[in-house]
Amino acid sequence: MSAEFLQFLLAGLTAGAIYALVALGFTIIYNASHVINFAQGEFVMIGGMATVSLAAAGLPLPAAIAAAVLAAAAVGLALEKFAVEPARGAPVVTLIIITIGASILLRGLATLVWDKKIHALKPFSGDAPIRIGGATLAPQSLWVLGVTLVIVLVLAWFFNRTLLGKALLATSHNRLAAQLVGINVRRVLLVSFGLSAALGAIAGILTAPITFTSWDVGIMLGLKGFAAAILGGLGSGPGAIVGGLALGIVEAMGAGYVSSAYKDAIAFVVLLAVLFFLPGGLLGRGGAERV
Amino acid sequence: MLARLASARTGGLGALIVVLALAPLAFTNNYHYEIAILVALNAVTCVGLNLLIGYAGQISLGHAGFFGLGAYGSAILTARYGWPPLAALVAATAGTALLAYVVGRPILRLKGHYLAMATLGMGIIISIILVTEERFTGGPDGMAVPPFSVAGVALAGERAWYAACAVMLLAAVWLALNLIDSPAGRALRALHGAEIGAQVSGVDAARAKLAVFVLSAVFASVAGSVAAHYAGFITPAKAGFFHSIELVTMVVFGGMASTFGAVAGAAALTLLPQLLTVFKEYEMVMMGAVMMGTMIFMPKGLVPTLAARFGNGRRT
Amino acid sequence: MLKGLAVAASALAFAAGAAFAQEPIRIGSFLAVTGPAAFLGDPEQKTLELYVEKLNAAGGVLGRKIQLTVYDSAGDAEKARAFAKRLIEQDKVDVIVGGSTTGETMAVVPLVEQAGIPFISLAGAVVIVEPVKKWVFKTPHSDRQACERIFVDMKARGLTKIALISGAGGFDKSMRAQCMQVAKNHGIEIVADESYGAGDTDMTAQLTKIRSAPGVQAVLNCGFGQGPAIVTKNYRQLGITLPLYQSHGVASKEFIKLAGGAAEGIRLPAAAILAPETLPDGDPQKKVLLAYKREFEGRFKQDVSTFGGHAYDGLMLAVEAIRRAGSTNKEAVRSALESIRGFVGIDGIFNFSPTDHVGLDVSGLRIFEVRNGNWTVVK
Repeated sequence: MSAEFLQFLLAGLTAGAIYALVALGFTIIYNASHVINFAQGEFVMIGGMATVSLAAAGLPLPAAIAAAVLAAAAVGLALEKFAVEPARGAPVVTLIIITIGASILLRGLATLVWDKKIHALKPFSGDAPIRIGGATLAPQSLWVLGVTLVIVLVLAWFFNRTLLGKALLATSHNRLAAQLVGINVRRVLLVSFGLSAALGAIAGILTAPITFTSWDVGIMLGLKGFAAAILGGLGSGPGAIVGGLALGIVEAMGAGYVSSAYKDAIAFVVLLAVLFFLPGGLLGRGGAERV
Repeated sequence: MLARLASARTGGLGALIVVLALAPLAFTNNYHYEIAILVALNAVTCVGLNLLIGYAGQISLGHAGFFGLGAYGSAILTARYGWPPLAALVAATAGTALLAYVVGRPILRLKGHYLAMATLGMGIIISIILVTEERFTGGPDGMAVPPFSVAGVALAGERAWYAACAVMLLAAVWLALNLIDSPAGRALRALHGAEIGAQVSGVDAARAKLAVFVLSAVFASVAGSVAAHYAGFITPAKAGFFHSIELVTMVVFGGMASTFGAVAGAAALTLLPQLLTVFKEYEMVMMGAVMMGTMIFMPKGLVPTLAARFGNGRRT
Repeated sequence: MLKGLAVAASALAFAAGAAFAQEPIRIGSFLAVTGPAAFLGDPEQKTLELYVEKLNAAGGVLGRKIQLTVYDSAGDAEKARAFAKRLIEQDKVDVIVGGSTTGETMAVVPLVEQAGIPFISLAGAVVIVEPVKKWVFKTPHSDRQACERIFVDMKARGLTKIALISGAGGFDKSMRAQCMQVAKNHGIEIVADESYGAGDTDMTAQLTKIRSAPGVQAVLNCGFGQGPAIVTKNYRQLGITLPLYQSHGVASKEFIKLAGGAAEGIRLPAAAILAPETLPDGDPQKKVLLAYKREFEGRFKQDVSTFGGHAYDGLMLAVEAIRRAGSTNKEAVRSALESIRGFVGIDGIFNFSPTDHVGLDVSGLRIFEVRNGNWTVVK
């Protein structure tokens, strides 16, 4: 019984770490601009697909990964510059539609630049499963969990100890005040998009050996990342992590103990239940509403 | 009297009647009728959704779920239990309305993106149930739907269907316009502007939001039932996430807080994929580009932007 | 003067005849070129375009060029319906060869029955031709036949208690339903039934439940796309040694590339196009298969797949029917289709009849196993 439970837990943590990374991307952009970037999932896709094609073209894996992350960041910057900035001041729903349009555009470009097939990346350190107390874990899962932890620590350092990070935080709290103290809000926005895109790309590259990558892999991941961000509390970094892990674990437990056919429905029911009791998510700031 | 005739409401309604009546002159084959009927059905759903998004200011990313419930309700009752289509439609609508009422009360307590996620989740749960309960719904491949008949007379042929859907659309638009101009509608708009302010003025926010939510669900459900009978077939994709996004896009594209905007948006986004087929493998890229471009340059949507450009400031 | 008139008259007749002969044969298609079923529609479209080009280069059919119109229905049933209507009403096609998925096909069936136009579907589920519909035909083996082929092999290996795991798509669910229906006929008992969602990244939870199902001897995965590849990798990760069967939906080299070493020893039923070189020389299909493989891989630089083969069969059957009918008269073409016997295609040898609109028997499906990273025919 407990070996089974452990297996479900490990599966949930692995999936959850990916959701957490995607959710972090949502959170960073949301904090800087109050926009929900529905194209976040496509950054995941770009990371994976770019790495696959660069590696296939002969680049050594680390170089391919670095290039892919940079490419995704560039796409994020372009998205901010050409889609979000010109629409400054538009109603929130309009911005949502713009990012949805962007995600369709990016998927379309992906089918042209690459193809419609499914691709795999070689696992970073082999395939031999690791046994932990009766359950098994793929080595790649350790990479996923480990890198996610490192990223969380790096981001914590970035936001709390560097000037740029503090500027991002300040903008998310109060944009006007940030402008008043001389923060270049426009640059902050660009950085947020680039950073989120890089995060998404890293998530995509980490999971490509486990889950494969293709032109449309971003759709479900984007959706689940958004759900995780909301579950944890939109705008809260730790919330994104907690939300992602929680979502992954609920899904795995739902599949293991209740019904695998309904596991996604179970996860969403849990999400709705949480929102019912905690309307701001698990760690969300219950914002005071200005009258 | 003439002033009333020229008012935005009757003027707009009149224009719509003229367009619907004259459009068939441009149709040369049944395919054109099919597209027009699809536009009409999408427009009915969007008019309802617009009441929720544009006027009450509540977002719903799961409205296709209601559409799907209406469609499957009609489909299952007529195909598996032999109910007469009209009775099935009424029953399906009632069921959907009840669900919207029950689910709406807790969900509408949420705000902003949390509300968006909750409606998204609701829509996904509905579509998962439709996919999994194959014994009733036929599973992901969908099920066949008997034709629509009243008292033994079946509605068949593109022209008859077009007429029926056009009438349905006019009724929906008329209903929506009447609602918006009524005290209830003004209460709604007050809610959108400043919820606490409205509450202080005596508007029962929770009840008003719930009422609009249920009403917009009813619009979607009826449109779904009719769509199922017209196509003779229904799949769970119609209740899915992508369709929900399509509907919201239509409303925003055409112009929120504008009933005719909702109709225009439905027309534009139903026609767009048909027109974009010329681009072959660039279709997706063009679709995304068009969506982004129009929203960036016309952030208020098609109809309000055009009205501001060419109109003289009268509100719809 | 009379001579002049005669010359003029014959010139006119000749011109009219030539003008009539220029009237192209219109073949319409709606395929899931983008969307979740894109790896069905993409090779199907490429195959159709390649062979229409070759046929036209060889002079066309009945001296007329073939004009192919393909729309992308993206796996959506409503889009498929709208495009089918466009093909029938606006493009006025003579024959429709298309419908990558069952959902799209079934949505179009009422249209073609009403319009009276021959329709050859490329989708798998048995409901397409059962009950037989006058104007609807299909090329791939039905999912029921795939189930039966698998069960025959399982029975022969003494595996009678099996677990099912399937995805959420139409193909998956339809095949699962068929397998559950015919299992008893082959003495197979299903002791576990799990499923996963579209885009799921980890199936260890479901496989762990399956592993502890009482008496389970083998596992059958009804699915296509990346799900089965993930199932396969998870299977090996968990160290499950029971025989694993996949469906004909993953009968491609792509699957082995994705699943890697984990795919070793997996069996599935597939049309022989999967590994035509491993067929014995006397096999009636070998020549057609090798030719298709050579053409497709040479032109598109990607591995040939069974799905493209469905499109090849659909097109060639339509062309054959038009030749036999001597015209594009829809009723004549339809009857000609029903009269086709012994037609060697990619999916198998077709024998249509008024009561059989798929025309294939289980013998066209061979059991393949992954050995040393390649598909090898077992039986």
